[in-house]
Amino acid sequence: MKVTEKDVAYVADLANLELTQSERERMVRDLNSILEHIDSLNELDTTTVPPMAQISDRLGVDESRQGSERFAYASRDDLHEGLRKSLPHEVALANAPDTDRTFFEVPKVIER
Amino acid sequence: MELRSLTIDDARSTVQQRKASAVSLAESFYTKIQTDDPKIGAYLTLSKERAFAKAAEIDKLAEKGERLPPLGGVPVAIKDVMVTKGVRTTAGSKILGNYIPPYDCTAVSRLEAAGAIVLGKLNCDEFAMGSSNENSAWKPVHNPSDLSRVPGGSSGGAAAAVAADMAVAALGSDTGGSIRQPASFCGVVGLMPTYGRVSRYGLIAFASSLDHIGPLTKTVRDAATILGVIAGRDPMDSTSAEVPVPNYVGELEKPVSGLKIGVAKEYFGEGLDGEVRKAVEAAIQKLAGLGCEVVEVSLPHSKYAIPTYYIVATAEASSNLARFDGVRYGFRAPEAHTLSQMYRCTRDLGFGAEVKRRIMLGTYALSAGYYDAYYLKAQRVRTLLTRDFEDAFRKVDAIVTPTSPTAAFKLGEKVDDPLAMYLADIYTVTADLAGIPGISVPCGETRENLPIGLQILGKHFDEATILRVAHAYEMSREKSEVRSQSAEVNQHHSVT
Repeated sequence: MKVTEKDVAYVADLANLELTQSERERMVRDLNSILEHIDSLNELDTTTVPPMAQISDRLGVDESRQGSERFAYASRDDLHEGLRKSLPHEVALANAPDTDRTFFEVPKVIER
Repeated sequence: MELRSLTIDDARSTVQQRKASAVSLAESFYTKIQTDDPKIGAYLTLSKERAFAKAAEIDKLAEKGERLPPLGGVPVAIKDVMVTKGVRTTAGSKILGNYIPPYDCTAVSRLEAAGAIVLGKLNCDEFAMGSSNENSAWKPVHNPSDLSRVPGGSSGGAAAAVAADMAVAALGSDTGGSIRQPASFCGVVGLMPTYGRVSRYGLIAFASSLDHIGPLTKTVRDAATILGVIAGRDPMDSTSAEVPVPNYVGELEKPVSGLKIGVAKEYFGEGLDGEVRKAVEAAIQKLAGLGCEVVEVSLPHSKYAIPTYYIVATAEASSNLARFDGVRYGFRAPEAHTLSQMYRCTRDLGFGAEVKRRIMLGTYALSAGYYDAYYLKAQRVRTLLTRDFEDAFRKVDAIVTPTSPTAAFKLGEKVDDPLAMYLADIYTVTADLAGIPGISVPCGETRENLPIGLQILGKHFDEATILRVAHAYEMSREKSEVRSQSAEVNQHHSVT
């Protein structure tokens, strides 16, 4: 068993999940079963293989340039106004569960 | 109006020639949805107001005798992971149950700009995470070929809607096989374009380096038409590629003879159903008969694709889904008294079991102490999987495989075993990881009349070739089916 109930509690905390007791038990079982399958990756020696974060690395990156210039293919010219228009205030707030019409409202952040 | 086998060109010319108005065509589809969808479950939301407004606009053009755009008056539907301005978009999740987007997904606005009528939003696995559509928070989808079976996933509603004639075509999304596998299960065509070919702007993110938008259609020609409309650079998605868009429909009829078709033994091993194998091998024979040269290739790292995928995809998902916290949109858990408690309760109640499982797995793989062992390792193996294809495509123009190891399975059959469910994607995930295009085209049925799909994979940005091969195969299959039907009739006559 790689993943214990303690690990599940720790990871749930990182992921902003609470999980019920029965969900935690099930999660220990499922994660162990999946990770066991994933361990087959260790059969491969990858010490000299570069990691690949995304496909565009292979399609557009110009390795002859330096730093962020390598990713010039992904940049766009600035729009005339400099930035594109933002959503109108009321539209941006329209889906929020709670607002005071100026800000998003949330429960207290700090308990006194 | 006969909706069965109504293609894009049929629908468009019907409206163009004013045999039926775009409004009445949309009405026919809504009637069909009202009658048939209660037993299938493909639709989550209908966008009638938007559809009829657009249809009226198209009718005006037709009345004036103006030439309609390529999708003029064609009723389509959209997987519910693409945002639609003013039309509820849930991603199949309770956490977005009441979300009304303030903007349109680029692919959707491009469809509408080409004249398409958006009928509504289609059911899918929650956040596109699943292979059976059983992870929808709202309702399961039933396979139109056999209502006791799944339609595949995660674009299950899209595949079922097209198969059951409740839309002429649909847009789906594919992160590990979610267009091609349901297309295969439901007997329709499903195309996943090259990564970057179609803008992802407005696609609710699951795994950003793997997500693709593509069409599900009745014919390969329809898939080519839609790709031509949605493909191309979009300044709103920096990963959309600045690569010219060819005339996909124009390229369809080019001969396939002389093309080199690769067959990889790794896709015909343990776990492949006998009937699926037979149908796919027969399809390969048919391609050889059309003059393609069949060449054996090797993709030696294929068996590592599923473990690689379930690290990369879940890691990206855990990060992407962090935005759902009950603050700016969507569901918020009531009765939480602190901010931290509100986040947790909202996510606990808002997400389903599979989504939580993937967030947990991805968070674990990215957490301190495990990053190198899991995430970095998977990224390195992703390079190996991509090199496998690059090597193979030095020798061949396309690679053919089964789309899925089995035909559609029963509802409930795999819900308690996440690993077994993940293995349903074994032949599709590698193309997502490598970013190459793939298409699934129907290639026969099992004895129980369940559709089987043939997958054709191509080089980066070479959708034209896989569409051409798929089209040639589809045409040859239609001819031989007509022949075998007339042979049956002849036999019948000679007996009597």
